[in-house]
Amino acid sequence: MFEGLSNKFSDVFGALRKKGRITESDIDATCEELRVALLEADVALSVVEKFVERIRQRSLEILPVIRQSTQQSQEIYGVINQELIAILGGAARRIRYAKQPPTIIMLAGLQGSGKTTLAGKLARFLKEDGNTPLLVAADLQRPNAVTQLSVLAESINVPIFAPEPGNGVGDPVRVSRDAVEYAREKLYNVVIVDTAGRLGVDAELMKQASDIRDAVKPDETLFVVDAMIGQDAVRTAQAFSEGVGFDGVVLTKLDGDAKGGAALSIAELTGKPILFTSIGEKLSDFDYFYPDRMASRILGMGDIQTLAEQAKKALDGDSAKRLEEKFVSGEDFTLEDFLEQMQAMKKMGSMTKILGMLPGANNAAMKKQIDAIDDKELVRTQAIVQSMTPEERRNPKVLNGSRRSRIARGSGRTVTEVNSLVDRFSAAQKVMKQMRSGGGMPKGMALPPGMGMPAAPRIAAAPKKKSRSGNPAKRAADEGR
Amino acid sequence: MGLFGSFLSKFSRAKASIEDLDEFRRVLIESDLGVNVADQIIETVKREKAENLESAVTETLKSFLSTQDRTISISSGKLTTILIVGVNGTGKTTSAAKLAHHFKANGKKVLLVAADTFRAAAVEQLLTWGKRIGVEVVQGAENADPAAVCFDGATRALKDGYEILIIDTAGRLHTKSNLMDELGKVRRVVEKVTPIDEVLFVLDGTTGQNGISQAQVFSESVPLTGMIVTKIDGSTRGGVAIATEKALAVPLKFVGTGEGIEDFRPFDPESYIRELLT
Repeated sequence: MFEGLSNKFSDVFGALRKKGRITESDIDATCEELRVALLEADVALSVVEKFVERIRQRSLEILPVIRQSTQQSQEIYGVINQELIAILGGAARRIRYAKQPPTIIMLAGLQGSGKTTLAGKLARFLKEDGNTPLLVAADLQRPNAVTQLSVLAESINVPIFAPEPGNGVGDPVRVSRDAVEYAREKLYNVVIVDTAGRLGVDAELMKQASDIRDAVKPDETLFVVDAMIGQDAVRTAQAFSEGVGFDGVVLTKLDGDAKGGAALSIAELTGKPILFTSIGEKLSDFDYFYPDRMASRILGMGDIQTLAEQAKKALDGDSAKRLEEKFVSGEDFTLEDFLEQMQAMKKMGSMTKILGMLPGANNAAMKKQIDAIDDKELVRTQAIVQSMTPEERRNPKVLNGSRRSRIARGSGRTVTEVNSLVDRFSAAQKVMKQMRSGGGMPKGMALPPGMGMPAAPRIAAAPKKKSRSGNPAKRAADEGR
Repeated sequence: MGLFGSFLSKFSRAKASIEDLDEFRRVLIESDLGVNVADQIIETVKREKAENLESAVTETLKSFLSTQDRTISISSGKLTTILIVGVNGTGKTTSAAKLAHHFKANGKKVLLVAADTFRAAAVEQLLTWGKRIGVEVVQGAENADPAAVCFDGATRALKDGYEILIIDTAGRLHTKSNLMDELGKVRRVVEKVTPIDEVLFVLDGTTGQNGISQAQVFSESVPLTGMIVTKIDGSTRGGVAIATEKALAVPLKFVGTGEGIEDFRPFDPESYIRELLT
């Protein structure tokens, strides 16, 4: 996400960082590079010009002030970071719910920007937040858009209002109006209207969208934009802004290597906040948009906050608590727990995606390492553990040669791989025992993939079992008599 | 009026001023041609004398374009297999249907394969198109292995004497290496039955410079033989198609211009350049 853009920024900074003392001409050179970098990232030309000019002005302003600083490039970096956050929308905004439910959310955008998929993701997201969303199939244009939304609705277990078959049949305005009526009757508190995609110049379809808007009076009209869009973003945003009007923006397909310049362009040109980002193919790959996180990500600082939140979400409360208890009570961490953790990790997404959020993930060396990671490793490891009997999982010591060769056959891996997993696991178990006894993590001990303890580090040494005192008087006092 | 016309007629009367060149550069960049292509055109304008300007710019533009054949070669009496690939939402399914219609109108016996088993209802979308244009569609179960569906389609095309086989694959972001691998598998499996004659990469005309990177990564999994640029209308210029053709030398073969089945035409570089210059 935004990788390309951050790569370029890294390059620009690399050059600047080498200079101890920054001069006016250094700033000019940096601004020129920044200009090309932003254009290659598909930021709209007019936005690039304004942005770069602001950076130049502010950098020149602070130049005399930072003369004494030993880290002049850091100061310039700070300027760019602040400007980025300012453009990307300052503070993140949430969905505004209507005072009188239902809250009506209408989706509009170009064809192929990902509206229908997004409707499903948004419904799932709001449902998890405790809402009762209703999906409305008002894209009666594209062949089988209605079917697509129905399939999505079913998979996330959200009701759908789809009275018309679509494929050119039916009146989307009436469907939308009826849907709101239906939601009121059945007490759904959010209505999500998926409308047909349209080209910016298509006056007829634009009129249809504004008719839907007038019929349902949405509380939020969201403009859905493909993160890969080019200079056309300007014209498209303007066309939709004038034709339908919108309150917020959703960026989709951010998991590609799109440089995401559209985010900057649209935020700057329309002044509307980006509310959500859609970052993958799974229905759960969806989140609020955080300008500050995005800015630090663009600048190559990584996105630790998102990572931490995803970890928390993935490890559901119960299993984290169980692990904690085990840890405290001094029970051994078994392969069963390990399996559970691996499954939780998988919920967080691929290893490459997770590591991509770490600071420095954009520098070339680290990138190479990340690219070399095989996401299937997790699957293979899981297969090996799943080929064990429950007893073997709890007590790997019973794993003799014949058991190991059976496991290898069952999981389709080699005995060597089974051996290495068991070895790494016992090593990890040892580390955990040491940590529990307050020894901390021994240096140079690497955990096998998935064997970290995401929820545990808060726990200090386990409370020791109190020994009974030899002195009867003291023992009596201890036991609270 | 073409993109370059007003500038060129101005520049051919008098030496271009810096402001005019800046304005010209702005127009070029705003059509998604990219900084690199824009700079080369500007260089040409700066270098050439006024009287040669038009032919010089034509030459520069031609140098960006591939010299490869832009038609789809069809040998009679033999099956021609076409694979349609691209990222999500660029218009692959619609393009597959338009292409099928194009061949059918030329009297060919066409078979479509719905190999997008991932996106909800994508198969139905192609089935609906198939019904509209009167072309058979081979489908598998939802979430079936796309390679298996393609294998069935290819086998059937050979057995029943079809002349053209068009395979619509699932959209995939080029950064997902597992999905790109899956595409490689589709290709290998189909080639066990019949050679693939064309791999057409579908590029969304509203895409920016990322289009080059998309085509680049796709070409590493399946060698691309041509491009289809979609969603071109009065205002979308799709300059990225030219930038991509320049970068990868994959010829642009078709242009999709709307939602109707007829809104589809072969790309003609000569008239494209003429249009730009007038």
